Amino acid sequence: MSDRRTLRGKAAIVGVAETEYYKWGRSPDPEFKLAIDAVLRACADAGIDPRDIDGFSSYSNDRSEASRLSAALGCRELSFASMQWGGGGGGGSGALANAAAAIATGQAECVVVFRALAQGQFGRFGQGTRTKILSGQYAHTVPYGLMSAAQMFAMKVNRFMHDHGVGQEALRAISLASYAHAQHNPRAVMYGRPLDEAAYDASRWIAEPFHLYDCCQENDGAAAMILVSAERARDFPHKPCYVLAAVSGSQHRAGAPVHNTPEYASSGFTTVAPRLYAMAGMGPKDVDVLQSYENFTGGVLMSIVEHGFCAPDECNEFFTLENLSAPGGRLPLNTSGGNLAECYMHGLGLNIEAVRQIRGDSTCQVPDAEVAMVGSGPMVTPVSSCIVGSEATL
Amino acid sequence: MPPYLRKGLPIPVPVEDGLDAPFWHGLREERLLLQRCNGCDGWQWGPEYVCHRCHSFDLRFDETPAEGILYSHQRVWHPVHPSLAEQGPYVIALVELPAAGGVRIVGNLIGDPMQPLRIGSRVTGVFEHHPDDDPPYTLLQWVVEPA
Repeated sequence: MSDRRTLRGKAAIVGVAETEYYKWGRSPDPEFKLAIDAVLRACADAGIDPRDIDGFSSYSNDRSEASRLSAALGCRELSFASMQWGGGGGGGSGALANAAAAIATGQAECVVVFRALAQGQFGRFGQGTRTKILSGQYAHTVPYGLMSAAQMFAMKVNRFMHDHGVGQEALRAISLASYAHAQHNPRAVMYGRPLDEAAYDASRWIAEPFHLYDCCQENDGAAAMILVSAERARDFPHKPCYVLAAVSGSQHRAGAPVHNTPEYASSGFTTVAPRLYAMAGMGPKDVDVLQSYENFTGGVLMSIVEHGFCAPDECNEFFTLENLSAPGGRLPLNTSGGNLAECYMHGLGLNIEAVRQIRGDSTCQVPDAEVAMVGSGPMVTPVSSCIVGSEATL
Repeated sequence: MPPYLRKGLPIPVPVEDGLDAPFWHGLREERLLLQRCNGCDGWQWGPEYVCHRCHSFDLRFDETPAEGILYSHQRVWHPVHPSLAEQGPYVIALVELPAAGGVRIVGNLIGDPMQPLRIGSRVTGVFEHHPDDDPPYTLLQWVVEPA
């Protein structure tokens, strides 16, 4: 693609922050207040006046509306308000792409990407519907007891593991890596709660092949990132982190109803990953550290395969705790503890962790990390991913 | 035959405009009717207003045998609905229907929930009637064919 049609190097992330992270239902504050708090903290991190924010970008039908946020914060004007379609965390890096695109095309100067969740206020994700009568596509699954996120994805993972001879130990390694990294991160909800192989193996099944520890948490909190143009990136207190690529999408008919997508045993990245690498001008070998969205470990497994880090038939050798651990593993993974053990903020915490790795201030720092990748929301549609890097990578 | 899952899950009804009504009415008569295109004769499932291959709006429902292949499965342990609190483990099947262009349908694999689950197994449909519900309805369940 020509330089004029790329996001590479056009925008930079200059501020990141999160509220305190809580177990679901434990936030003392309502969701909208959490959103404001995260945005203000990100502005403080960037050293900017919150009134200079002129764009808001979110995903997964975030309830904290851009116009209300802009008014509450007294922003001088609103130039850009964007909602990435799709549920779950598939839009995390997509919201970043939309923000970067707004800046690159002159639609906005200073965009905040955010996500806020208070499940105590608005209800939990992991519970089935309570309706008595149901029509539409879910009428074809829910009466059979298929209604939670784990249940929606378990059959994709079972099929992938069957097709490629993947053992349960590969999923376990992904879970152990998140929990191990969280033990270094005081922000993590699972800080001080380590997990070992025996505890994983002994944990109850949720829906095979997912044990309890293969499933993300449910949390309350908010997270935010401030983006400006690359030209301005050096004017802020922290080492800038540049967007090298950010894309979203999914393969042919990924949204076909009632589990009829042609490429069923997939995380949804088979067409997204090649576009990501083409935009970045990079390949998997250039990535120093990976944050890969864990709704369920099986989604991470397929994401990593579809991003080209490992062949499908090599999963049993590749997915070991040693390979996935910071600082010295082959592919340090989810170095904040991720959705499993830091916080399930629909994955925006993963994007923040990628920035911290480039800044050099992660609690599980990979030495000299110059390039960090985030894969957002496997197995939903659309998914998204991004690559960010230091000034040296421009 | 008692229903495979405890009573109390949502009752499926056709969408108001009738898009999937022939399917639900067919199950009550122990017939599996799925969507097929009058333009190109292709099958598609779930139902949609247009054929994804040729974009014809002229779609019909055709009968197909309730015989398929186990495409994937899951054994569910954690109940997320109050009606299933005492259910114990149960099996969800994703069944591929070779006679209907390979479209897939979701059901339960009935029988012992701890039975071995093998992708590729041949499965046969079993119509599970719920005549006493309001409105009454029928689910399509599956059983593994003896080897």
